[in-house]
Amino acid sequence: MPLLEVKDLKTYFTTGDGVVKAVDGVSFSIEKGETLGIVGESGSGKSVTCLTIMGLNARRNTMSMGQALFNGEDLLTASQERLREIRGNDIAMIFQDPMTSLNPVHTVGTQLVEAVTLHRDVPKKEARTRALDLLKQVGIPRAERRIDDYPHQFSGGMRQRVMIAMALINNPELLIADEPTTALDVTTQAQILSLIEKLQADYNSAVIMITHDLGVIAEIADDVVVMYAAEVAEKGPVNRIFRSPHHPYTWGLMGSLPRLDADLGRLSQIQGQPPSLLRPPSGCRFHPRCPHVMDVCRTTDPQLAPAGDDPRHLQACHLDEETKQRESARLLGTLAGAPTP
Amino acid sequence: MIRYIIRRLIFSVGMFVTVTLIGFVLFYLIPADPAKFACGRACTPEMVAKVAHYLGTDRPVYVQYAKFLGRLMPVSFKGGPHFKEPNLGRSFVNRQSVNWIVGQAAPVTASLVFGGLVIWMMIALPVGILSALRPRSLLDRVSMTGVLMGISLHPVWIGLVASWLIGYKLHLTPIANYANFFHPLFGQPGGPVQWAYHLILPWCTFAILFAAVYVRMIRANVMETMNEDYVRTARAKGAPEFRVMRAHILRNALLPVVTMLGMDVGLALGGAIFTEQVYSLPGLGYTSISALTNYDSPVVLGVLVFACTAIIVLNLLVDLLYAWIDPRIRLS
Repeated sequence: MPLLEVKDLKTYFTTGDGVVKAVDGVSFSIEKGETLGIVGESGSGKSVTCLTIMGLNARRNTMSMGQALFNGEDLLTASQERLREIRGNDIAMIFQDPMTSLNPVHTVGTQLVEAVTLHRDVPKKEARTRALDLLKQVGIPRAERRIDDYPHQFSGGMRQRVMIAMALINNPELLIADEPTTALDVTTQAQILSLIEKLQADYNSAVIMITHDLGVIAEIADDVVVMYAAEVAEKGPVNRIFRSPHHPYTWGLMGSLPRLDADLGRLSQIQGQPPSLLRPPSGCRFHPRCPHVMDVCRTTDPQLAPAGDDPRHLQACHLDEETKQRESARLLGTLAGAPTP
Repeated sequence: MIRYIIRRLIFSVGMFVTVTLIGFVLFYLIPADPAKFACGRACTPEMVAKVAHYLGTDRPVYVQYAKFLGRLMPVSFKGGPHFKEPNLGRSFVNRQSVNWIVGQAAPVTASLVFGGLVIWMMIALPVGILSALRPRSLLDRVSMTGVLMGISLHPVWIGLVASWLIGYKLHLTPIANYANFFHPLFGQPGGPVQWAYHLILPWCTFAILFAAVYVRMIRANVMETMNEDYVRTARAKGAPEFRVMRAHILRNALLPVVTMLGMDVGLALGGAIFTEQVYSLPGLGYTSISALTNYDSPVVLGVLVFACTAIIVLNLLVDLLYAWIDPRIRLS
């Protein structure tokens, strides 16, 4: 049984303008100790997917459908009390912006201790020892002293380390990292990523890494889900996605990746804007921006189907297999710096 | 910290001098002779001149102001430096000590303001928080309508209607006058029960406007804080809703409220003029209004000095409190 199995997850928000389908039929699963990367542009539904799994969407205007089975238990139908037990204990989450994700009026020590005492009936002192231990593990220098500092006394990278410490303090089975490096500068990004990787190995946690950066995915993910406009465009093992990408959107993402080892001239970009989820395009949602658009794309929504010979690699595109092979080979050829045929 | 307080105190002295100077000059600019009022209608010009000399109003304004400040100084250099009680002078009208007049009126106003404060916060906190939790619900709509009415209705109108209905028609409360908490005057009601009984209507009248303003402010602050990332973090940690509200939302949402409270209470201590007037409460507002109509400048300035001091002290207290509850602020 997978640790987490998400089946046909849908999250709709009712707004004054109509229903926003922020997540529209997303399925994936993740095994114990694995890393799943979810990649896509801003607004493609990556974060909402994970907030729905955690039950953290505002309840007022949200409709969630489908299933999110965590160790066989459906999180979407679980009671608020049960979800509260799971959050921070079995599933923990790291957020995008460490500058605003810590409460400014409490010391980091207080916030770490709170995370422990919410789930374990232990004396404050013991919780504090645990908090100190975690701060050391995430590489906060002089942790004994800094534990009583307030968040504003930490830099962005250090705050994200504190967030990671807070997430791992109860030894969760699943860690959801929502763009944990986006708000950090490049050198800090690499440190935080390797820290997550190292702690994942130490704690044997599964990780869902949400990002818009394929470089991050290539570095740490085992499986990849590529999301576009609230749907899954392509998913599969990381080496399949990078060796033989099957969806024009994935090609676009890869083409926009900067590389140091090849001189490609200008980076290519995906033309146009992500569509409105209030009124998504007919047929394939990527068709208005797709360079390979055909008539069928405008009318029929492509379903996920196996790509090539690996049954774990699924893609949703109407193009024929031959064109896809050719295009992806051409793209990879360009990326490798080889002359195009 | 100490340096901060000292700097604040020096700044406060400057502010104090400016405020009293403006008050003094304004009185000087009023085209009326206080001596004429003090003397009475039947006075001859010679008698008025004598009274003016007696009151000191025939001297130039800077001399008068210097004498005023000299009396207020807690130290005296006459006959060797020594400490003395600051003196606000005597009333032009009845020669009573202004210290005594302000001392009589201040407890009345303080009773009104602090009692009103308790009532308005008891309304504003729960209503503001509940409205923020359920925006556009029935409760929210009702409370927002109430807020609009509380802000729009004039305290004098509220006071008159309340004393007519609750006091005169229903005989539930007294409609006027004050009962001393301690030492009632001979033949008059006094003691804590009578004190509260006489103040119930004024408290509610006074509290309505502030309750309305604070409901709206607390609601807005709580709603804004609820969307903060750290509140989501608290939920992601598995904190129950009550704890999220208390430890994470309110701690942050109420920070600006503390500042506002300091300013509003300080301001109100200068005299809740409308409420005191409607219920004939002999507080600072009532006293200064009647002093103004007699051109009794020492009494008006006495109230001004008291109000100015109250605002300065309360703001200093709020700043110190703020540094304590908001770790991001360091007093340096």
